[in-house]
Amino acid sequence: MNGPTIHPPAGRLFVVEGVDGSGKSTQMTLLAQWLRGEGYPVVFSEWNSSTIVKSTTSRGKRRRILTPLTFSLIHATDFADRMDREIIPLLKAGAIVLADRYVYTAYARDVVRGVPPRWVRSLYRFAVQPTQAFYFRVSLGTALRRILSSRPKLKYYEAGLDVNPHTDSEESYRMFQGRLLEEYDAIVQEFGLTVMDASQPVEVQQRILRRAIGAHLNGIRKVAHAPV
Amino acid sequence: MRRFESYGDGIPRVNLDELSGWLVVVEGTDGVGRTTHVTRLRTHLERMGYAVAETGLSRSDLASRGIRRAKEGNILGTNAYNLFYATDLADRLERQILPALRAGFVMLTDRYIYSLIARAIVRGAEPDWIKQVYSFAIRPDAVFYLRIGVHDLVPRVLANGGAFDYWESGMDMSLGADIYESFINYQTQVIQQLDGLAREYEFETIDATGSVDEIAADLAQRVTRVLGAGSSVDSPMVIE
Repeated sequence: MNGPTIHPPAGRLFVVEGVDGSGKSTQMTLLAQWLRGEGYPVVFSEWNSSTIVKSTTSRGKRRRILTPLTFSLIHATDFADRMDREIIPLLKAGAIVLADRYVYTAYARDVVRGVPPRWVRSLYRFAVQPTQAFYFRVSLGTALRRILSSRPKLKYYEAGLDVNPHTDSEESYRMFQGRLLEEYDAIVQEFGLTVMDASQPVEVQQRILRRAIGAHLNGIRKVAHAPV
Repeated sequence: MRRFESYGDGIPRVNLDELSGWLVVVEGTDGVGRTTHVTRLRTHLERMGYAVAETGLSRSDLASRGIRRAKEGNILGTNAYNLFYATDLADRLERQILPALRAGFVMLTDRYIYSLIARAIVRGAEPDWIKQVYSFAIRPDAVFYLRIGVHDLVPRVLANGGAFDYWESGMDMSLGADIYESFINYQTQVIQQLDGLAREYEFETIDATGSVDEIAADLAQRVTRVLGAGSSVDSPMVIE
């Protein structure tokens, strides 16, 4: 990545990555509570959440007209909007930005869909380098058990049915998640993500996460949070 | 023989060997007369017996509404606009252009990646980056570049009622004290970029200051040559 450099007063950008069922969102929520309690300014940025771009993504998904290429591009469009209008201004203002999924999600998913790895990496060249990115590694069996036991209705693209036609959605989901885990392992090496063992108890993982993040907080200006 | 190739690593899950037909691009800045000439070319080609399809910027099923809505409020950042237009082009490439080429049509395209690259660079995108983004696109059989200087462009806007368009004047970038100054500055830069791309991507440049009929005749002759060169189609059948 070759994104812009943010000059001080600058915030921090922390990323949690992993497949569905890795527990990354739970960890991020706990992390935010702790940081807020300590008086730090915390803001979330979620994958696929630009209000303007989202209606196009939804249209494409609903009508099943997204191909691997347009799936990749519309998610990059969404990300670009959030990067330039949310994440960068917030970092300049001195916030701690917590991103649930980041460019690595695109690198994993799009490549599994057949998009050239070099091309998808170049798409996201404008992305800011995170302060630290954590990858919650989980076994395929555990991830599938967590997701499939609670949510039997799998969505078309989520299950990878666009690239695994002729399979049932659960079978396709298993294949797709299995391939994603392989891609993530390569990404961890390439971009130096910090691997978290997501099979450990929640509180153990949280303790490790807080210690890692605490090391980066020198110089962040605290704020007085409004009472909840 | 491989007729079509992509500029980069190709289009995921698409076999370019299945394509026949021709991809013909008409490029040029805003208001130069592209649309008129695309229509005239179409008539010419259909008279010769070719099946013709047309496409142009922001006409995709997927993204045209989203782009229009975003532009109404001028609310997206430049990177997001650039990628939104790339999404639009990718959707049209896969769902309009490739099907037409598979069926052996002549696909006439009113602007292609080049105008989008030029506009992105004028708005501050890194040239290498935006070219890489569009490297999924397939190389056309010909790019006819209707070239005009900005001072010949102004009378055309005036002839059409004098309404300078907000985006075609680069008003989102505050390039001048008023819309006329902004138009001159913006169009000068866009034309400069297109001129550079014309060399890089080997456009056939056509002087667009001549009369409509002269330009149309020139284009007709050129397109006939392009189709003849890559043709597996016999000369037009004569019905006795």
